[in-house]
Amino acid sequence: MSRSSDVTNVIVCGLGGQGVIKASDMLADAACRAGFDVKKAEIHGMSQRGGSVSSDVRFGKQVLSPMVPMGEADYLVVVAPDEVANVLPLLREGGVLIDPALLGESAPASVKSLNMALLGALSWRLPIERRHWQEAMKANLDAKWHKANAEAFETGFRLARLRADAGGQAGRKIG
Amino acid sequence: MSPPTRTLVSGDEAVAMAALDAGVALGTGYPGTPSTEILETMDAQGGKAQWAPNEKVALEVAVGVAFAGARALVTMKHVGVNVAADILFTVAYSGIDGALVLVSADDPGMSSSQNEQDNRRYAVAAGVPMLEPADSQEAYDLTLAAFELSQKWRIPVMLRMTTRVCHSKSILRHRQPKQKSPPTHFERNIPWRVMIPAHARPAHRRLRQKLAEIERWSEECPLNRVIEGERGLGIITSGVTFLHCREASPMASVLKLGVTYPLPIKLIRQFTAGVDRCLVIEEGDPYLADAIRAAGVRVESKAEMYRFGELNVTRVRRIVAGDSSPEAAPLKGKPPELCAACPYRQPFGVLRKLNCIVAGDIGCYTLGALPPLDAMDTQLCMGASLGVGLGLRHVLGEAEARRVVSVIGDSTFMHSGITGLVEMVYNPPATGHVLLILDNGTTAMTGQQEHPATGRKLGHEPTNRVKIEDVCKAVGVHRVDVIDASADPAGFEKLLKHRLSSNELSVIIARRPCILAAGKIRKYEQEAQACQECAHEPE
Repeated sequence: MSRSSDVTNVIVCGLGGQGVIKASDMLADAACRAGFDVKKAEIHGMSQRGGSVSSDVRFGKQVLSPMVPMGEADYLVVVAPDEVANVLPLLREGGVLIDPALLGESAPASVKSLNMALLGALSWRLPIERRHWQEAMKANLDAKWHKANAEAFETGFRLARLRADAGGQAGRKIG
Repeated sequence: MSPPTRTLVSGDEAVAMAALDAGVALGTGYPGTPSTEILETMDAQGGKAQWAPNEKVALEVAVGVAFAGARALVTMKHVGVNVAADILFTVAYSGIDGALVLVSADDPGMSSSQNEQDNRRYAVAAGVPMLEPADSQEAYDLTLAAFELSQKWRIPVMLRMTTRVCHSKSILRHRQPKQKSPPTHFERNIPWRVMIPAHARPAHRRLRQKLAEIERWSEECPLNRVIEGERGLGIITSGVTFLHCREASPMASVLKLGVTYPLPIKLIRQFTAGVDRCLVIEEGDPYLADAIRAAGVRVESKAEMYRFGELNVTRVRRIVAGDSSPEAAPLKGKPPELCAACPYRQPFGVLRKLNCIVAGDIGCYTLGALPPLDAMDTQLCMGASLGVGLGLRHVLGEAEARRVVSVIGDSTFMHSGITGLVEMVYNPPATGHVLLILDNGTTAMTGQQEHPATGRKLGHEPTNRVKIEDVCKAVGVHRVDVIDASADPAGFEKLLKHRLSSNELSVIIARRPCILAAGKIRKYEQEAQACQECAHEPE
């Protein structure tokens, strides 16, 4: 099976209204600022009606199809805990699941920032510099939300690093 | 050429940027997923863009713009082209003066549509050239090319996008310098623009002549390109499927068609001669495969099972391998539903309780058909709630006929409900009829766009408002009630029961703003109010 190894595949999943599209927009923007070729695909006709939403972000030297092939996601970010079981088949063997369970007690008080906390946890693993994430956050979020979202992002990043330092997983490795 | 810009944009945004750079004087259309963001982006970036009541009117306005020598962009989803088809087929004959590009945003897989019709068929049927981009850079480049093509041959051109091209984001690297809008002028030419039979007969011949010339252009056109690969497998493809093919079969030779009507048959023949096995891989109908075979060129095509739904890398790998074994079931997700505080929940609850037969329509409220509401019985196309409801009333026995209600939203009523209302007044069923207009003050499903009954334009600035209740009365319905069914559910139920039991024609307008749009609507109204007060201040 041909799989271009220089492409990183991320899928962000959740329910309409959880900021799935926003999180994937930020990720794609940060990857673009870091100089990668980037493609992002999602279906957003019904995204505000509370149904399942998922967004594919692919970056690397050259990205062809905008959609992550089935079972080839390197990272699966799931904002809605109830959706995890449904979407797990998207992840490749050895891929990493990043879900609210990772945050444990430190889950942000505001559910609205959960997407950013998980993005922070993801960012720890990706070859995208901190400044690109910050620029992407500024470009994609209204100024009044910057502080809360930056804090949530930071929390996620710190937790992912702590877990890895403690010999654990920054995210659950599946397979 | 301008320096590289390198911005991450959707295909829709790229089309808007190209339209601005091409000097488009006016963009018009009707909201429809996945096309809606094109005109919104055009407006946001300083272009002139407006919503029409429906796609037919939009195309008519665009034709007028092009008759005046300017460039026009008209956007719609695939099913919108059905509405606009009447003028499309004849403006292909008459031709235009400036330039006219029609974007058809198809939805293979039906992420947000009632069918997955393949609008490449329209290009053939109407006789208009068609271009198909694969990603955002191509969406930009092919939009510019479409305007050039349209201007050169004075013919409308269709740009066919699909959901994945419209909504996927990819990097736009190159933009062209902004062109000046051409000067406008109306040159009288009655035989060319008045399509009576005597004029239309030579016009049809002119159209076929143009298409023959464009076919020769297509043979040499760089929008159709060959990616050299191994001789063993050649793939002919178009649109986003090209990218799936490149990923699934990186070693194959590929003929990527940017112009899918008229087809460059010589180029296709030459390509197939250079490979051992030639496979046509396309999303939707076997349009390319059929046309290529009809020209006497031997090609393989996908199995019938791949006609349904979108293609992707996994499915293309299966097509290449000739694998038609059953596919894995798609992932189960949570279906969308009406918002918890949606003002439509209450009326649907009552319709269900009264066991009404509901002829429904297209919009958020179509979700009223799903459990637990289960309160819609038919839904086919924009505006059909009226005609279908009336047809049921005409032939059902009295007891059943009395339970029939037509349900339509405010934007859909503006789009194509008014002619149905005229039919209701003109041919009233013996039991009368009840039309329920769910008015939430916005085109909610596509992302809260304005429409003629909101009294605000695409950019939310105030304009003349078409009042739904006035339209209903003017058409000749004497019983027109406006009620907030969420605030007064008992009153709504009583009213509906009363109207159903009479033999009269009636319209009930259940009015309450969309819960997602209510805050914004208040803000727009306050801004308009402030503006008005400013204007009235004494000097």
